[in-house]
Amino acid sequence: MDNLQLNPDGSLRHFLSIEGLKPALLEQIIETAASLEQVAERAVKKVPVLRGKTVMNLFFEPSTRTRTTFEIAAQRLSADVINLDVQTSSTTKGESLLDTLKTLEAMHADMFVIRHRESGAAAFFAQHAAPGVHILNAGDGWHAHPTQAMLDMFTIWKHKSRFDRLKVAIVGDILHSRVARSQIHALNLLGTMEVRLIAPQTLLPEQPESLGVHVYHDMDQGLRDCDVIIMLRLQKERMQGAHLPGGDEYFRCYGLTEERLRLARPDCIVMHPGPMNRGVEIASSVADGPQSVILEQVSNGLAVRMAIMAMVLGSGGESGA
Amino acid sequence: MIRFCPENALNNPLPHIPTLLEEMASRIASLPRFAHTAPLMVGIQTGGLWLAEALHHRLALKEPLGKLDISFYRDDFSRIGLNPSVQPSHLPWTVDGRHLLLVDDILYTGRTIRAAMNELFDYGRPASITLAIAVDRGGRELPIQADILGCRLEVPAGQQIKLSGPEPLRLEWVAHG
Repeated sequence: MDNLQLNPDGSLRHFLSIEGLKPALLEQIIETAASLEQVAERAVKKVPVLRGKTVMNLFFEPSTRTRTTFEIAAQRLSADVINLDVQTSSTTKGESLLDTLKTLEAMHADMFVIRHRESGAAAFFAQHAAPGVHILNAGDGWHAHPTQAMLDMFTIWKHKSRFDRLKVAIVGDILHSRVARSQIHALNLLGTMEVRLIAPQTLLPEQPESLGVHVYHDMDQGLRDCDVIIMLRLQKERMQGAHLPGGDEYFRCYGLTEERLRLARPDCIVMHPGPMNRGVEIASSVADGPQSVILEQVSNGLAVRMAIMAMVLGSGGESGA
Repeated sequence: MIRFCPENALNNPLPHIPTLLEEMASRIASLPRFAHTAPLMVGIQTGGLWLAEALHHRLALKEPLGKLDISFYRDDFSRIGLNPSVQPSHLPWTVDGRHLLLVDDILYTGRTIRAAMNELFDYGRPASITLAIAVDRGGRELPIQADILGCRLEVPAGQQIKLSGPEPLRLEWVAHG
């Protein structure tokens, strides 16, 4: 798994998870994204790096913003983009996935952007991908959503410029969040001073401390002196189950209000991967307030996805063709 | 005047950059194209940007210096991959209808200049582009030449020169490891 996403020279071949990557590579993604940001402000909003390449968006699970930003990112790199809505079939996973991959490879795609409800789906594709074919993970089950994590790191870097003095709180449904898992790995790799998880016991994975974090069940305590607050979406479908009381009570205990935000540092930024449940995990006045960088995260997602695509397709693995 | 340096063996001294800059600056100032409107100067990362900074200072240009990183425009991108230390390009003005002065340190195959011109045109349509180069080492693969040239230098096959800087700016041979 660790080596699967790297070429022998250490460059990125696939982008599947933050785990197994070196800090220098994460920093390179951030710096490359910073170089690509200005493309959006020019007369011609494209650079020619992926000219003649074909990117296939393969979404087995619905998504609006992730798929759209991947699509725009690929187009801004001059790639041709094909969106495939793949209905999740009930046929056996291994066979059907492999068939799908091989069929699409036969159409000479150079890169697949994959979202799938099963953890490990992107890695499965990467294991079976032909040489010169690259896989990007756009979210697999509860496992990982590494491009979201990197756009969050880019957003933090733009506001705070370094990680080693930061206290970062991730609040909410961490158990079911592939975003949180990827964020925790990225924050730790980049040397964040303290990563805090704020959640009820029922929404935390087992032994969360093993991830290199401090756990808080009391939100007021956890927010104190934070530089960055990352709110997670409460997945409403989980609220019917045993995990949680009703939405009102959740908001009372773990909703981010203006009052609570004042416990953090005055220059603390508020992030959310979207889509938001206003009034469930975050108050509208905070989501739309001066410390919110939620919409900026969306724009940053473009630059980061462009950077990762350029790094992967521009990596050494396809020479000789 | 363009100075033709004699054939340089490895142990011969390389041209003195401040002297070249002096001559280049005076030739830029006397170009008819820039008689009424000062050029907008653009330096190519990294060496070209250092030279552009020095020329910009000497010519006392009022408009800020633009910088260009052509990493995303290289024609060998899919072969050698993305430059891991790419820097943002930044042109602090609109290029439409303006006379640009593009500065780079060493002119060799011409591919960097082609990439730079492609990138400039993605910002708009300049009235003209003038190319200023410190050292032309020959070996062109594209029909590109400098308008303002510091000097020509014969570099033996297999040898490389590079500009080190920013302080002091000097040419040096690249050692082969």
